Amino acid sequence: MAMLSFEKKYRVRGGTLLGGDLFDFWVGPFYVGFFGVTTLFFTIIGVAMILYGASLGDTWNVWRINIAPPDLKYGLGLAPLKEGGIWQIVTICALGAFCSWALRQAEICRKLGVGLHVPFAFSAAIFAYFSLVVIRPVLMGAWGHGFPYGILSHLDWVSNTGYQYLHFHYNPMHMVAVTLFFTNCLALALHSALVLSTLNPGKGEVVKAPEHENTYFRDIIGYSIGTLGIHRLGMFLAMSAAITSGLCIIISGPFWSRGWPEWWGWWLNLPIWH
Amino acid sequence: MSYGIRTAVLGVVGLGVAFLTIPMIMGFQRPFIETVQHGPRGVAMGLVYNKADEAKTAPANQVPGYLPALPPVGPKASVVYKNVQVLGDLSVGQFTRLMASITQWVAPAQGCNYCHNPANMAEDSKYTKIVARRMIQMTQNINQNWSTHVAATGVVCWTCHRGNNIPVNYWYDTPATPGTDTHMGFAAMTPGKNHPTTVSRAGISSLPSDPFTPYLENAEPIRVQSTEALPAGDRSSIKQTDWTYALMMHMSNALGVNCTYCHNSRAFGDWAQSPPQRVTAWYGIRMVREMNVGYMDPLAPVFPDYRKGPQGDVAKVNCVTCHQGVYKPLYGVSMAKDFQELRTVSSSAHPYTP
Repeated sequence: MAMLSFEKKYRVRGGTLLGGDLFDFWVGPFYVGFFGVTTLFFTIIGVAMILYGASLGDTWNVWRINIAPPDLKYGLGLAPLKEGGIWQIVTICALGAFCSWALRQAEICRKLGVGLHVPFAFSAAIFAYFSLVVIRPVLMGAWGHGFPYGILSHLDWVSNTGYQYLHFHYNPMHMVAVTLFFTNCLALALHSALVLSTLNPGKGEVVKAPEHENTYFRDIIGYSIGTLGIHRLGMFLAMSAAITSGLCIIISGPFWSRGWPEWWGWWLNLPIWH
Repeated sequence: MSYGIRTAVLGVVGLGVAFLTIPMIMGFQRPFIETVQHGPRGVAMGLVYNKADEAKTAPANQVPGYLPALPPVGPKASVVYKNVQVLGDLSVGQFTRLMASITQWVAPAQGCNYCHNPANMAEDSKYTKIVARRMIQMTQNINQNWSTHVAATGVVCWTCHRGNNIPVNYWYDTPATPGTDTHMGFAAMTPGKNHPTTVSRAGISSLPSDPFTPYLENAEPIRVQSTEALPAGDRSSIKQTDWTYALMMHMSNALGVNCTYCHNSRAFGDWAQSPPQRVTAWYGIRMVREMNVGYMDPLAPVFPDYRKGPQGDVAKVNCVTCHQGVYKPLYGVSMAKDFQELRTVSSSAHPYTP
């Protein structure tokens, strides 16, 4: 892969999180680092365990391969390898790889002397996964409450988990999360369209600058969030969507065991009209 | 904005948020739960119970102490007493024990006189005695002919009555005049829809509030789910689906279970992928229908007006009447095994004709 002539000067050693310079080098365009090696380590073991699990199953159909969590009877203990143990190892590897990746991002930030916004934002996605396979199963007392690793099987899990609370769309945090996902989508669409519109003017027009972008939105809605602001908004929406998704599954079970429609009794029981 | 106005606005907004947030947070449960796996691992088929919630359900679902069974020795009740139409084959001892048990189960406060005229115990002057006789026949019919639903566990009067003259949970036809009924401050709209139902009817959803008349009294078709991926042949409407889901919400609340107790939601309609409990429920729907059509409705001329609903109909049975929040009533403890006289239809009983 090509590297621009000036990129080399940013490739400075040091600034590692653990100190020292273990694996503090680049391979082609990629920074390796200690956490690059741990990412690779966890990824290789995790994928190998998935392949092993698939080989024990009855299909190589990629849609139907299923690595299921243990039965509930194993609680929060270790399960036999072929009865959910593989799922437990894959989960540890996945968390190891995701966290290593975030730490590798942090080291690159430190080398470049930039803020930690990227690993911070990526942590929201890790939190959502951690909620599903660790926080909620621990609160419910069994690893068996985690979701299975398989394309169709995890969809079956999502469907049944929704119906365990009769109607999941009544989950208040699910409502917030869905709203944030859609708003995130809207903000990105508006932002990308606006930038492209000023950079691709009509024939004979010159390329426009942020003043035009600001004026465009002030003309439409009386307010422009600004060039920096739109990125703050984007990061807020994207992270909030991931975090509230995690919260919406954490509250399903540990903090509410009945149908979600019934949770809204607090609204019907407000003293104004009750 | 001046500082004062800003403070005032923030204060009002803060109070509003607190007003909504506090009851909202109070609405959640404390996180101590119990789960029951109900399918293969990793498919999220299972029951989720909150321990504090269960601690409230459990005391109401206990079996009371009762008199020990007696051997069938001595003269028969039909010989010693007059007008014994159903239980005449019992010995006097057995008969008296059952009468005492029914008193404990149904009229512990009123005693024998709730059904009997103390001056002449044999007389049928009180409506309660006629109803009680029919209910004994109903219990016998359930135990003998509906083992598909009640299994070997069976039922006795206590299963539903729990020491009350009338079981705590029953249903009447609801007045369905559009726009005239209000509930919790919300105006009712189309028949029974779009206003919150009670928990036992459809889990305070806005689904139709009376799913019982069509399915537990009439025999309207319940299944609305397509059995194929593309919309080719299923003509079920949204409205029909609403009614079905209302019934399902009722069943779920009545049994204290979620949808996965009877269905694998990846294919609701497929019996091969459904837990066996779906079969039990299928028979239960038909059993309740028979209880309502064969036993409760025909008692309309017997019940006095003050026992009837706003539409003049008799109180009827649904799933919660018996289950009372537990998927096996009384947590599956069989009282019927100690009351064999309630397990088979007496020879003189009226057969059920729909």
